Amino acid sequence: MTEQSVSRRDVLKLGWGLASAAILGEGLLIGLRFLAPRVGEGEFGSVITAGPTDSFIAGSVTPFNEGRFYLVRLEDGGFLALYRRCTHLGCSVPYDATRGEFVCPCHGSAFSIEGRVLNAPAPRPLDMFPVTVQDGQVFVDTGNPVERDVHEAQSVVYA
Amino acid sequence: MNDNLPEARPGLVQRLWRSVQRDPLSPESDRDRMRLVMNNLILHLHPSKVAARTLRFNYTFGLGGLLALLAVIQVVTGVLLMFAYTPSPDSAYQSMLALQTEVPFGQLIRNLHHWSANLMIVAIVLHLLRVFFTGGFASPRQFNWVLGIILLLLVVGANFTGYLLPWDQLAYWAVTVGSSLIGYIPLAGDAITRLLLGGPEVGAATLTNFYGLHVAVIPLTLFAVMSFHLWRVRKDTLTVPRRADEPGDVPVEKVTTIPHLVSRELIFALVMLALIIAWAVVFNAPLEEAANPDHSPNPAKAAWYFMGLQELLLHFHPTFGAIIIPGLALLGLAALPYLEPDMEAQGIWFRSIQGRWIAGISIVIGVLSAALFVGLDEVLLDLPALLPFLPTVISNGWVPLAGILLFLLAYYEGLYRLGATACEARLAIFTLLLAAFFTFTIIGIFFRGEGMALVMPWSVIP
Repeated sequence: MTEQSVSRRDVLKLGWGLASAAILGEGLLIGLRFLAPRVGEGEFGSVITAGPTDSFIAGSVTPFNEGRFYLVRLEDGGFLALYRRCTHLGCSVPYDATRGEFVCPCHGSAFSIEGRVLNAPAPRPLDMFPVTVQDGQVFVDTGNPVERDVHEAQSVVYA
Repeated sequence: MNDNLPEARPGLVQRLWRSVQRDPLSPESDRDRMRLVMNNLILHLHPSKVAARTLRFNYTFGLGGLLALLAVIQVVTGVLLMFAYTPSPDSAYQSMLALQTEVPFGQLIRNLHHWSANLMIVAIVLHLLRVFFTGGFASPRQFNWVLGIILLLLVVGANFTGYLLPWDQLAYWAVTVGSSLIGYIPLAGDAITRLLLGGPEVGAATLTNFYGLHVAVIPLTLFAVMSFHLWRVRKDTLTVPRRADEPGDVPVEKVTTIPHLVSRELIFALVMLALIIAWAVVFNAPLEEAANPDHSPNPAKAAWYFMGLQELLLHFHPTFGAIIIPGLALLGLAALPYLEPDMEAQGIWFRSIQGRWIAGISIVIGVLSAALFVGLDEVLLDLPALLPFLPTVISNGWVPLAGILLFLLAYYEGLYRLGATACEARLAIFTLLLAAFFTFTIIGIFFRGEGMALVMPWSVIP
């Protein structure tokens, strides 16, 4: 026997304590998992076929409501898919064709056609979805919005 | 002569009744009255005797009792609404329309639920103010104050989750804006928002999640914490009101809870119930067009009780407006009773005669400085433009926050030097911040029009 002895009772107490903590923890985890996102197929969140490249003229902004994005074709022919959710507080940002800007109705943030912030309070440019061009068709992956601090020229996709 | 005979055995009905209710319901003596309180499941949340002075209406204003009544109204009307409502984006709005037009008394029940929920926010804030200004949170009641703040958060949570359920434009965009606030919590924000919404945006999964939280999780927690809160009131007793010149250690006269407290509660509950029903008969709960995720209304405002927060967001970087400033405020609120271990002003409105002056002045300064801040920020002050070399988190976050904290510190020090006690100076800071927050809320509700521009109240589209 050493000086510092642990009684059988202490070991059992510890065991019961750990078992109680474990069951509580498991319950909590299962509960949280229950709330977790469930993405349906073919909905927002999947890869969306936007259409043939020729159907988008240079300098145009085409809304895709089911995909929640705007397909932007810049004057130089480059493509950008902008998530229409305002980076400030999540409102839907409509495109104002006369001003050539996206203007948020909620708190007045304004974005350029590339998504750059023209007017605060939005803290960063509009998020983008990855665009791929294959066999003359434009595809947009709405499952992976890309956050960015500034708009960079290399994020524009060319056919 | 029956004197020597054993007492007759009570009849079956009487025995059955006694198995349910052991004490006579019409007690004859004080002793029986106290026993009835102690042995009753619901009444035993009350003490069996209360200090006579705490029964004065203009001390408590019956606010805690009103909140208990409202909680019960919410359960009764809420359960009825559950029979008429379908929590799915395809049918939620339709079931709201059917509820209002086809279900007998459907509109009335919805109105009652809606207005009681709103009144609950008002009443819980007033209750907090009453307890604060009469020093009701001092030892040994510190933890019950914290429980009260938890209840406040639960009531706001119940309101927020319930706000989405009608699935109209108001609901959809208020919840979109509200849940985006959570996204600004550093590190965990995105994960929490996705978990709460069940996806990246408000949608079918959000409605299911909010419904479950609204009808089960929050009410069960609320009633559990509420019972705890009431039981603590019984254990700690109410602070006894007194005039500013009265000593605190005079013996208090006590009366039995039955009938003195219980009868007052019953009458107050009936009067309030009548008023709420009358209000719900006259004013309908709003229902706009069905939710349209493609089109944000202009302006898209959060629920009215979040307007103070939304106003903060117009002036601060979102991490500060949505998280740091409200977080600090909430922490400060919870810590208040622990700052002053032996407060001698319990039961005196505003601590002292001097405290009343200080509170009044603080309200004026709070309202004026908040209005001035909004006005200046609108026309003159553009910190990010003045400090272009700093990221906006600093120029529109740390810099204005530091300015405000310096202002508060100077106010506190100034009062202290002028002869206020630490207790009164804290009262001043609390009052000033609260008045500023109320001013923000008023500005947000009545002075923000299209594009959240500053306009006069008559041009705000309701």
